[in-house]
Amino acid sequence: MIHTSKMMAGLPAVAVLTLCAGAAFASGGEAAAAMPQDGSPWWYWPIILLVATFIMGVIAVLGGVGGGVLFVPIISGFFPFHLDFVRGAGLLVALAGALAAGPGLLRSGLASLRLAIPVALIASSCAIVGAMVGLALPTNVVQICLGVTILGICVLMLTAKKSTLPDGPESDKLSSILKIYGVYREESTGETINWKVHRTPIGLALFVVIGVMAGMFGLGAGWANVPVLNLLMGAPLKISVATSKFLLSITDTSAAWIYMNQGCVIPMMVVPSLVGIMLGSFVGVRILKVVKPTFIRWMVIGILAFAGLKALSKGLGF
Amino acid sequence: MSQDKKFGPSPEQILYANILNKGMLIGLGVLLVTFSLYVFGIMDPYIPFDKLTISWSQPVSDYLHELNIPTGWAWLGMLGYGDFINFIGIAFLAGVSIICYLAIIPTLLKSGDKIYAVIAILEVIVLTAAATGIFGSGGH
Repeated sequence: MIHTSKMMAGLPAVAVLTLCAGAAFASGGEAAAAMPQDGSPWWYWPIILLVATFIMGVIAVLGGVGGGVLFVPIISGFFPFHLDFVRGAGLLVALAGALAAGPGLLRSGLASLRLAIPVALIASSCAIVGAMVGLALPTNVVQICLGVTILGICVLMLTAKKSTLPDGPESDKLSSILKIYGVYREESTGETINWKVHRTPIGLALFVVIGVMAGMFGLGAGWANVPVLNLLMGAPLKISVATSKFLLSITDTSAAWIYMNQGCVIPMMVVPSLVGIMLGSFVGVRILKVVKPTFIRWMVIGILAFAGLKALSKGLGF
Repeated sequence: MSQDKKFGPSPEQILYANILNKGMLIGLGVLLVTFSLYVFGIMDPYIPFDKLTISWSQPVSDYLHELNIPTGWAWLGMLGYGDFINFIGIAFLAGVSIICYLAIIPTLLKSGDKIYAVIAILEVIVLTAAATGIFGSGGH
């Protein structure tokens, strides 16, 4: 039993090392992308993509991040696909993950439809703007902005605290009018928690920025949703994480349509990525019990930092 | 939505979840079937695989121009090709949320929750507008 647990605990490290090795190997594709892909069969990159996104799915669960925030920087940094198609695929990957998780989170009451609906309207509208702006800007400008954003996400992950149960904020006027509050059972303690939110106008305003960035870069917005819902608006952490995950199914829908209608979706990229991330998430949930999340989180921050610097260097022409 | 007095998700939330779940399973199932038809060569692709692997490193405008690929909803007229048939599942997955919102609007209106009914209607308008392609189609 102990032997099996050690093996399982070692799996994420192997997965990360494999991802790094694969990314280093795949980065050779950047040079190859400048000329016809002679010699490599057509299925080569889709299979590499399937394996890479499977590993990302595992690491995303273990590191407590969304698959979307890993997908765009890593795939755009180390694979031969143009950023236009990577963003289109990234949104669909994040969307699919949210669609898979959303029903369970809604049924359990951890995701709040009442909290999500007003936020989703703002975020999804702004995601359309972000997608249009992102597709209109020169690629190198988007790469630079993406690199800076990814490095900012790393800083956020390093410094942002989480508040499991914020000290009972009182509802503000807006959240009272909208009746944004609820009740859920904390399974770890058996407690029934009544929750409310405050600072609702500022929170909603921040979702303007979040929506634009999600649409522009094709990232899932979980990395930003959770701090706003939890630290700013005072929703309990579990409610924030679950509602954020569900929110992506709406925010990413609007941006995904823009990318689809502009021709930025290639099924040969999208489907292996979807399958890989979903299978990886499935495995990640299974091994979550036996691994140390802190260690994986540090690895995720390291990988993202590397990918962010790579995006920055690509944008600056180095 | 009467979530404040009782424990557990509201009926609208459960309805949304059920439709979301069914939609996700249908969309994913369709996508896996159509992708199999595509990669195993059962349906011929519009873009030959070897041309695809050369073109996916280019900006979308060059990709569309060189391969003569239509944008927007033109894929509906190309369902005879293995690559474009995959857009059925992709479009379905992208459209599930619209169906969910449409389903809960009547319930919101019946329960007198006019504010949320209006927000939900606005959301349907936003998502449908994005889906129609009125915000532009064709690469930059």
